[in-house]
Amino acid sequence: MSTIKMRSKESNGVVTVKALIKHPMETGQRKNKKTGDLIPAHYIQEVHSKANGKDVITIYWGPAVSKNPYLTFKYKGNKGDNLEISWVDNQGNKDSKTGKVK
Amino acid sequence: MFKKLLILVLLLPTFSVVASPERDFKDFVNFFENRFPNTPFEDYKNGVYSIDMSAREQWEAMEEFPPYELNVDHGEELFHKPFKNGNTYGSCFDNEGIGIRHNYPYFDTTRNKVITLEGALNDCRVKNGEKPLSYYKGKELAHVSAYIAYTSRGNKFNVEIPNTKEALEAYEDGKRLYFTKKGQLNFSCADCHVYQTGTKLRADIPSPAIGHPTHFPVYRSGMGRLVTLHERFAGCLNRIRAKSFPGGSDELNNLEFFTTFMSNGLEVNGPGSRK
Amino acid sequence: MNRRNFIKNSMLFAGTLAAVPSVIFTNKAYAAWPKKSFDIKDLKDSINSVYGHNNLEESSKVKLKAPSIAENGAIVPINVSTTIDNVESIMIFVENNPQPLSSGYQLTELAEPAIGTRLKMGKTSNVMAAVKSGNKVFTSTKEVKVTIGGCGG
Repeated sequence: MSTIKMRSKESNGVVTVKALIKHPMETGQRKNKKTGDLIPAHYIQEVHSKANGKDVITIYWGPAVSKNPYLTFKYKGNKGDNLEISWVDNQGNKDSKTGKVK
Repeated sequence: MFKKLLILVLLLPTFSVVASPERDFKDFVNFFENRFPNTPFEDYKNGVYSIDMSAREQWEAMEEFPPYELNVDHGEELFHKPFKNGNTYGSCFDNEGIGIRHNYPYFDTTRNKVITLEGALNDCRVKNGEKPLSYYKGKELAHVSAYIAYTSRGNKFNVEIPNTKEALEAYEDGKRLYFTKKGQLNFSCADCHVYQTGTKLRADIPSPAIGHPTHFPVYRSGMGRLVTLHERFAGCLNRIRAKSFPGGSDELNNLEFFTTFMSNGLEVNGPGSRK
Repeated sequence: MNRRNFIKNSMLFAGTLAAVPSVIFTNKAYAAWPKKSFDIKDLKDSINSVYGHNNLEESSKVKLKAPSIAENGAIVPINVSTTIDNVESIMIFVENNPQPLSSGYQLTELAEPAIGTRLKMGKTSNVMAAVKSGNKVFTSTKEVKVTIGGCGG
């Protein structure tokens, strides 16, 4: 199941994109309450978005971005655009999602 | 003539038995309407966000894409996952379990107890050979409850108190717990959620009593998970260093009965996003 | 480590290092995640690592939306938008966080200069949005109070 929930809407030639990504965004500073060990850092570092194959925005995130991170951005585009959002985290995991702009 | 008077006198307690909760409700609503004259009645379902505008702005920012959507999705999966015997949760409920949140809690006159939604979900599990689940820590029970709440949004609560001694006792038990000062801090629920609503208690602003259960279970950003109404009740009791009660206990069921009755006329709007 | 290597390790310098006016952006290779910038603990050093200088200009054209008192430091909603043209990047610094650089948004010509996210803030801090256009960096700063110790648990 995808970790990315995405909504996009076009109005007057501008597409507003909103995404909610399921991810722990662990800073690496928190301790396991039972063992006292540090919980390893696990956070999304890069998010990319493309519309119809063309790059729209590249995002660099650090561990200060909240758990289950939210993202919103806008770009000049049209209804029906093929929108893709993908991410990579510090442990090398990735996911992506595509959808059509409404 | 005397016989007629005697019958009338004997009937009077019956009338006052039913009249009291309605009067309590009117008193509650009047109290809050006077305290917060700018808050429309329907808005009380939003808790503290109905009375604090700065917090409301942040809540509205969260509602742009609320974190609980991920939990509702997961809740939907769990809701449809069959038990070992092949049945699903839906088989135990009206309308296959969809859009029914506002029907809970209710007083079951056969079993003479308050039935909450989480209680009914656990009853369903037991009936189908599964173990009941914990009300705490935002696990399966909270997720299924969140999904059902989400499908029920917009439906109005209309808790009825059957005209029986046991039903009224349950209501009065919940009301008593609400108004009794308890714990090391010697607070009653009412101290914060009636008399100190809108004021600052350290970094918190106590929210009004009416509308509390409508938005449960909540997704608490600070805890990063769902919290059921009973976990919240137990948490509050722990906070004031009072004796707490387990989820699904008579005490908490009755408290939910009382507090939901006080939210009659308000819409289901769970799961809610909270700090 | 000398300054030249220090700059080289931050991709957001791709433009200044090669003395090219705008960041060249291809569909193929994305520059590496700027680890150095994300690790820096001091705000001034952090800004310097991103831009190569500390010449920031406060501008009312940068709109930073952040709460005055955060309901919860774990999830503070932040939005940045601007009417400035030709914006290449938007950075958000949280001064009193262990590492001030929270996130960076590299825009192509298709993107509009308007972004939003939710950040963790460890304590009360200035939050600064920095918008780079051409050789200039425009900023807007707001203090966000973070409280703990409520009765609500």
